[in-house]
Amino acid sequence: MTRDIALGQFVPGNGIVHRTDPRVKIILLIFFITIIFCAFNFVSLGIVTAAILTVIALSQVSFKLYFKSLKVIIFIVIITSLLNMFYGTGEPIWQFGIIKLTMSGIYRAVFVSVRIVLLILISSCLTFTTSPTDLTDAIERLMKPLKFFHVKVHEIAMMMTIALRFVPTLLEETDKIMAAQKARGADMESGGLIKKVKAMTPILIPLFVSAFRRAYDLATAMECRCYRGGEGRTRMKSLHINRLDIIGIAFSVLVLTGVVLCNVFIAPVV
Amino acid sequence: MSIIEVKNLSYTYGVGTPFEKTAVKDLSLSVNAGEVIGVIGHTGSGKSTLVQMLNGLIKPQSGQVLLDGVDIWAKPKEIRKIRFKVGMVFQYPEYQLFDETVYKDISFGPKNKGLTEKEIDRIVRKSAKFVGLSDKLLEQSPFDLSGGEKRRAAIAGVIAMDPDILVLDEPTAGLDPKGRDLLLTQIMQYHRARENTIFIVSHSMEDVARFADRVMVMNKGKLEMLDTTKKVFAEAERLESMGLRVPQITEIMLALKAKGYEIGDGILNVEQAFLEIVNLLKKEGKI
Repeated sequence: MTRDIALGQFVPGNGIVHRTDPRVKIILLIFFITIIFCAFNFVSLGIVTAAILTVIALSQVSFKLYFKSLKVIIFIVIITSLLNMFYGTGEPIWQFGIIKLTMSGIYRAVFVSVRIVLLILISSCLTFTTSPTDLTDAIERLMKPLKFFHVKVHEIAMMMTIALRFVPTLLEETDKIMAAQKARGADMESGGLIKKVKAMTPILIPLFVSAFRRAYDLATAMECRCYRGGEGRTRMKSLHINRLDIIGIAFSVLVLTGVVLCNVFIAPVV
Repeated sequence: MSIIEVKNLSYTYGVGTPFEKTAVKDLSLSVNAGEVIGVIGHTGSGKSTLVQMLNGLIKPQSGQVLLDGVDIWAKPKEIRKIRFKVGMVFQYPEYQLFDETVYKDISFGPKNKGLTEKEIDRIVRKSAKFVGLSDKLLEQSPFDLSGGEKRRAAIAGVIAMDPDILVLDEPTAGLDPKGRDLLLTQIMQYHRARENTIFIVSHSMEDVARFADRVMVMNKGKLEMLDTTKKVFAEAERLESMGLRVPQITEIMLALKAKGYEIGDGILNVEQAFLEIVNLLKKEGKI
């Protein structure tokens, strides 16, 4: 049931993408997103696509999972590319009333859909290869400068860690409660909207009760271990930049240079 | 006549993902009406998956579940009807309580079944009685009850559907010894009054030895043994190789037998052991 969500799922592994420092991965993700939107002609788009495909091939996560995460957005891709197709300017190559198909429109559609697909692929690559704890650790480090503006960086990161940590637990719990109520003959499939919403009560109430129970337990457990916020807290695993990360950064800079050069020497098509 | 029959049942979780795991593999069994079946097996041996296939919560990927000789998935739209015939009490069932009062919560099942107000009232009070909940408790919020009372209320909620087959997944987990004894005795009283079929999944060999007519042993998704309680617990070594054990008293008697004392097989409780030892001492003229 709820177990089939591929987007944002961590796949344990020990490939080179897994071992790259999460901070570097986040920055490179932002970097790559920028590059994706800097590709204005087919050669540069090709370079970015090749680079991203290389990264996901290196990630040692099966293509099936990437495909699954793409399935979620397939409609968005189709709709936006259809819209773009008919919004181009210039000489129409096919016309029907006010609807006209132009070459620039087709180019735009291709670029938009390739960009969205690449965007999802590279972001999935980050979540597939980085455990939620590593991810929030990295976010905490990267947000550290915000402390200057009195943002409670550590608390935000801790909340994120806890939230992420409990997503699978609560999903499992939902499955269990649903199964238990179905075993008591609960009917969740048939009926109109109001009936369906009403049918959710026997699931939501136990779920909330158990979420509160877990929150109390967790708070007690944290207090027992003398947790009192981020002040003076050290880490068991501190993050270090190593050779692998530098290679990753160099690779990304190379891709950017390629894209920029292509943009300079080849005429843009969109 | 067998009330429930399982033929070549298989189920694998997460097909096509890195987390693929076979839970039940080519399993067949047949259970007669009125039997109490103890289900034992190591954690992850597929017990829970199997019992969830018995009432159609999980659809088997291959194989059949026959209830009174009819495949439960013959009409997938009517699978809900099966759930009223095969009642399922999950592990820690108290976490499924949700309604304002215990009474309303117990009546959830019968209401879904479509009974009239009068019938519901009768069966709710009867079920509450079976598990030893007083009328006063029925009007309280389920969240104000003690742990043991919550457990009982949840079990009453399943009994209230009046199922022909009752499946209990570790009903005594987390209860104190007194609470366990009481709950099991009540379940057995209910069983004798209703003469229904019971599957009881348990990690306590003592409980299984006390109540089960037959025991099924699951190992790595397969049915390793399905035989009378006596015969299953006579195979101490085989059980141990699967990470299980025999009841403590059986273990002691087997050890005595290994030392050369003349002791019969299949001693499952302290009373039997006491009689056996007294007989032995009498034979040797020591008492």
